[in-house]
This record gives sequence, C-alpha cells and structure tokens, in this order.
Amino acid sequence: MDNESEMKDPVLPLGRPTVGSAPGPGTTGDWRTSKPIFFEEQCTKCYQCWLYCPEGTIRVDAKGEYPYIDYVYCKGCGVCVHVCPQDALKMEKE
Amino acid sequence: MSVKIKEMLDRPEVLLRGNFACAGCGLSIAYRTAISALERPIVVIPACCASVIQSLHPHVTYNVPTLNIAFAAHASAASGISRAKKRRGEKVTTVVWSGDGGTYDIGVATWSGAAERNEDILHFCYDNGFYSNTGAQRSGATPRGASTTTTPTGKQEKRKSITRIMAAHDVPYIATASIGYPRDLYTKAKKAGNMEGYRFILIDAPCPTGWNSDPAITPELGKLSVQTGYFPLYEVENGKLTFSKRGMKYRDPDKRLPLEEYLDRQGRFKKMTLVQIEELKKDLQFEWDMLLRME
Ligand SMILES: Cc1ncc(C[n+]2csc(CCOP(=O)(O)OP(=O)(O)O)c2C)c(N)n1
Ligand code: SF4
Ligand code: SF4
Ligand code: SF4
Repeated sequence: MDNESEMKDPVLPLGRPTVGSAPGPGTTGDWRTSKPIFFEEQCTKCYQCWLYCPEGTIRVDAKGEYPYIDYVYCKGCGVCVHVCPQDALKMEKE
Repeated sequence: MSVKIKEMLDRPEVLLRGNFACAGCGLSIAYRTAISALERPIVVIPACCASVIQSLHPHVTYNVPTLNIAFAAHASAASGISRAKKRRGEKVTTVVWSGDGGTYDIGVATWSGAAERNEDILHFCYDNGFYSNTGAQRSGATPRGASTTTTPTGKQEKRKSITRIMAAHDVPYIATASIGYPRDLYTKAKKAGNMEGYRFILIDAPCPTGWNSDPAITPELGKLSVQTGYFPLYEVENGKLTFSKRGMKYRDPDKRLPLEEYLDRQGRFKKMTLVQIEELKKDLQFEWDMLLRME
C-alpha cells in the first residue's frame, strides 16, 4: 500500500467496561425493595451465594474470606438467600 | 470431574455489576459462569437480552471484547474474527452468544453455514424459551402449552430440538447445561473452550420477567427443569451422546420429579389444561427417546 492511500484508523464507537453501566446513575441498588442481610456466625464459606448471584454483588476477596454484599448494586432478587444452605442470609424489607 | 469452586473464584469477572438485567436474571448467571471459563474470549452478540443488558454507549457491562451484530450475521462475523485471529497467530476463543430466538429461528442460516464449514467457534445459546427483550413472543424453543404474547392460550406446537438439528451437522462438540448447575456449565464451557471447530452449548436460562416467576427461585427452576426431565443434560461427541453425571438418573422416568413441580412455579404455564400438560409430557418423552437412540 502506498503512503497516500494509507488510511488512518477509523474512529470506532467503542464502549468501555463499566461497573454500574445501567442507564441513569447506574446504582442498581436503588431498584431494591428488600435486601439480603448476612449473618457471619452461620456462614460456612461454601460460596453458593457467590456462585448463583446473577449480579456479581456477592463479593469474595479471596478464598477463605467471608462473602459480603455490595449494596450499591445489589438488586435484591433474593437468589443468594434462597440458595444459602445455612440460613446465613435473610431477606429484610427496606 | 466437577470443577472446584476455588478455580471459579480465581477467574476474572466477565459480567460487571450494576447492569441493566432484571433482578434474578438467568441469562446473567449463564454468562458469568460460562464466559469466565474461557481463555481470551471475543464475544459476538446478536439482538437479544444480552445486547440490552450490555447497556448504552459508552458503557459496557461485559468485561471482554464484544461485537454486536444483526441476527443473520452472528456466526458469519465470528467466522471472520476467528480466521483473522488465526492468520495473525493470536490465540483467542471466538464466541457466539445468542438467545433462543437468534439460534432456533432467526440466524439459523448463519450458524448452519458456519457449522458446516466447521469454523473455529464456540456457540452458546442461552435458552429462555421465547423472545424476552421484545416483549415475550413465542419462539421455536417455547414449549407446548406455554403462554406468550403471541400464544395467549398456550403454544400449540412442540418445542424444536435444536441440539438434534445441530447434531445433524456432525460438529465436534454439543452439550446442554443449566444455570441450576453452574459447576457443570463451567466444566463444559472450559472443555469446549479447549477444543477446536464448531462447538455448541445450549444453556437452560430461566427468565423471571417473562416466565412470571419469583426472581429468587431462578436457580431452583434451573434445577427443577433437569430433575423433572424437562431439560436433559448431556454431551454429544463424534455423534455419540453421553448423559451428564448430574442428569444421568433422569433417563429413568420413574426417577424424575413430577413435571407439575416445574410448571406450577411459573405464570406462563398457569392456564394450561390437563390435556395440554399431557401433550407436553409426551413431547418431552419423545425427545428423551430420540436422545436415547444416540447414546
Ligand atoms: C432481523 C430482525 N428481526 C427482528 C428483530 C427484533 N428483535 C430484536 S431481539 C428479538 C428477539 C430475540 O429473542 P432471543 O434471541 O430469544 O433473545 P432474548 O430476547 O430472549 O434474550 C427480536 C425479534 C431484529 N432486531 N432483527
Ligand atoms: S439479592 Fe440478588 S443481587 Fe443481591 S446479592 Fe443476593 S443474589 Fe446478588
Ligand atoms: S451460601 Fe450461605 S453459608 Fe455459603 S458462603 Fe454464602 S452466606 Fe455463607
Ligand atoms: S427479560 Fe429475562 S432474560 Fe431478559 S434481562 Fe430480564 S430476566 Fe434476563
């Protein structure tokens, strides 16, 4: 290809990976009507809640740590409460 | 061998929180689990809920390179990506991530061509059994008797067997998985990711919004679909079908839970007559009989 016909990279409409990408403020925790509450003393760290949370708002920093909930984005679906085999999560009205 | 949870915890996060999916979305569980099992995925997504929960420019929910494309082009675009990357000597996993509408109905020509050419593509279909993002119209995957906006008195036709249609293409790998068993899904995705050629994984992905079910029981519905024999779990390699460990025992109809336990938890089946339920049971057994012949 000669220099003249060489084209510059076209500007592509690329988006970027974003936490809180939902339209508006993106804080999907605002959608909640009930929230899951975590009771550490019941928890066996089986991570079923992490495995099934559709949103990725059950956070586990490293294996062996307790899970915790990111309430800024947790949508309050109740999945984690439903799958927890130990009753270490309970739903509470907000 | 099922994967250890430690391995899954260590994988990068592919679906970022705070996205546009409904609470309790089965597609989200499917995506998080399956895509995280892959090395350097590039994901092609046609119109479907997966392109909606992706959100609006300039924000993207997915933490992997993603290309949005028209229905009729998903596997064609993926063919191009896969070939170009190969030519450049870059090792990636080229993925098509489509809904059942984009796999069973619209877009059949594109994947059928790519499967025939045995393109190096891993194709996932998350199956919620209807067109969810456009307001719950029926698809070829909708089971008989389910009400949708275009089948208000229940669908009159049988659910299409997409895996058997795919099997007729003699592709190297076909599997079914359910979000009720994420470790099984992860294991199959990882296995398929390490293979070459056209690979297809059908994922049972409940949709609380369209099914009119409690968002909290999405995983339970994923399990019940398997335990009632509604959604058999298996792999097809070189034309031979193997039922997965999780689903093996449901080959025997006596071991299955009553189908009603699955149907009763979903609004879309509320208006079904007893006759329709019997017809649906016959459809399901027909599919099992066809699969058993491929064992
Ligand atoms: C050629 C074409 N026809 C119709 C549409 C409108 N449309 C967009 S998404 C969709 C349904 C997709 O259903 P499915 O693949 O099952 O994904 P889901 O919405 O269930 O996630 C339709 C009909 C379109 N975008 N392009
Ligand atoms: S309520 Fe739903 S979104 Fe919130 S942490 Fe539990 S599973 Fe995740
Ligand atoms: S499912 Fe329950 S017991 Fe298991 S890690 Fe989560 S909170 Fe703890
Ligand atoms: S409509 Fe269904 S599949 Fe689509 S985002 Fe909502 S729950 Fe998920």
